[in-house]
Amino acid sequence: MSQKLLLNAKEINIILHRLACQLIEKHDDFSNTVLIGIQPRGKFLANRLAQILKSEYHIKHIQLGLLDITFFRDDFRRGEKPLEANTTEINFLVEDKNIVFIDDVLYTGRSIRAALTAIQSFGRPNEIELLTLIDRRFSRHLPIQPDYRGRQVDAINKEKVKVNWLEHGGEDAVYLVNS
Amino acid sequence: MSELSVNHLLGIKDLNSQDIQLIFETADHFKEVINRPIKKVPSLRDITIANLFFENSTRTKLSFELAEKRLSADVINFSASQSSVKKGETLIDTVNNILSMKVDMVVMRHPNPGASVFLSQHVSASIINAGDGAHEHPTQALLDSYSIRERLGKVQGKNVVIVGDILHSRVALSNIFALQLQGANVMVCGPKTLLPKYIDKLGVKVETNLKKALQWCDVANMLRVQNERMDMTYFPSTREYTQQYGVNKALLNSLDKEITIMHPGPINRGVEITSDVADSKQAIILDQVQNGVAIRMAVIYLLASKIKH
Repeated sequence: MSQKLLLNAKEINIILHRLACQLIEKHDDFSNTVLIGIQPRGKFLANRLAQILKSEYHIKHIQLGLLDITFFRDDFRRGEKPLEANTTEINFLVEDKNIVFIDDVLYTGRSIRAALTAIQSFGRPNEIELLTLIDRRFSRHLPIQPDYRGRQVDAINKEKVKVNWLEHGGEDAVYLVNS
Repeated sequence: MSELSVNHLLGIKDLNSQDIQLIFETADHFKEVINRPIKKVPSLRDITIANLFFENSTRTKLSFELAEKRLSADVINFSASQSSVKKGETLIDTVNNILSMKVDMVVMRHPNPGASVFLSQHVSASIINAGDGAHEHPTQALLDSYSIRERLGKVQGKNVVIVGDILHSRVALSNIFALQLQGANVMVCGPKTLLPKYIDKLGVKVETNLKKALQWCDVANMLRVQNERMDMTYFPSTREYTQQYGVNKALLNSLDKEITIMHPGPINRGVEITSDVADSKQAIILDQVQNGVAIRMAVIYLLASKIKH
């Protein structure tokens, strides 16, 4: 197994700030916008962005939720391992809100498809956008594209993109893993 | 995530403590789901479940049906009273006929102990025991323990007394196994005639004095007197049973601590428990019912994930 560094901590930091600025450009003071991290891996990116928006760009009112998509996935009983559920924490109404889904890697698009279904359990949002740190090009199974992307990556199918976070795994880094 | 060690839920006796932990953690997620504005997930949309009730039930049947529907499974219901069982069809024939209509899972309540074990040996579907005679009622025991965990934080080390008709109760046996697996101390309390011989061999304390039992426990699970299963007289009168083994507010107030009161339903108000106790804050009877749906969703989900596609 070999791995290649795609992004180091400094590059990730720059990208996060750019993404935060792009969000502000569109959503202004976030009064009608909510951020939803897609469990399990989108949680770290969502928390980080919310923190940057609050502390460095002085957005006071950020609503952040976490959405688990396990029970909405389309591969139940199709894999070797059972699907592991995570917590959903959405303590606000999404009715008529602008939602930004946040996930670390966009690959086939199936997780986002599941998230689009799952979020309907919480109401009818005004619009939904997608933010991803890594966009794996040419690997989509569904017509889903990000509105905000950190970095585009061309990776062949057997390669894996691994995103590590300081608070989970010890360092901010993105690797391309060849197994 | 690990998976269940079993392919059927026939009794708590077949489970290990990791299974129970897994069911509880999964139920936590489903409890969140059933408190959403839209309480339904599409996980089991390609699964069909048959609910076979050869014995009357309100709560369990509704709870299972709701759990199945909230997981998006297709559901067919069957009651023995309206079926060909009355015409002399055997259990295996009845079930095989249902399975030939492409059913993946069977939830069965049956008056005979061991009926679900027997069925699991003869048909290919995944079986969930929803009560077999006076043997086991595993989902009830799971939701009871889950409710204790929710109220008291954990089950381990808690003192739980099961009061009443232990002899005819499947809830009691499943609860004893489930509580012991999780490290709780279990006592049974009731008139001697309603305590099975050798029950102490299961490692439970036996007490015939209700006040002493309540003084010992953190949780009291009050069972219903199952008149329909009684073929002889086990106590002189209902009035005398109530005086000896009924829980009322005055009795609870005389204890030097506040204990949690549970009841699997249906309640005979004024017999094993008075209304002021059943409706008090100490009672978690309706929490048990709500948790029942989440627990059954978890059990069905985990068993369904083992069905080969």
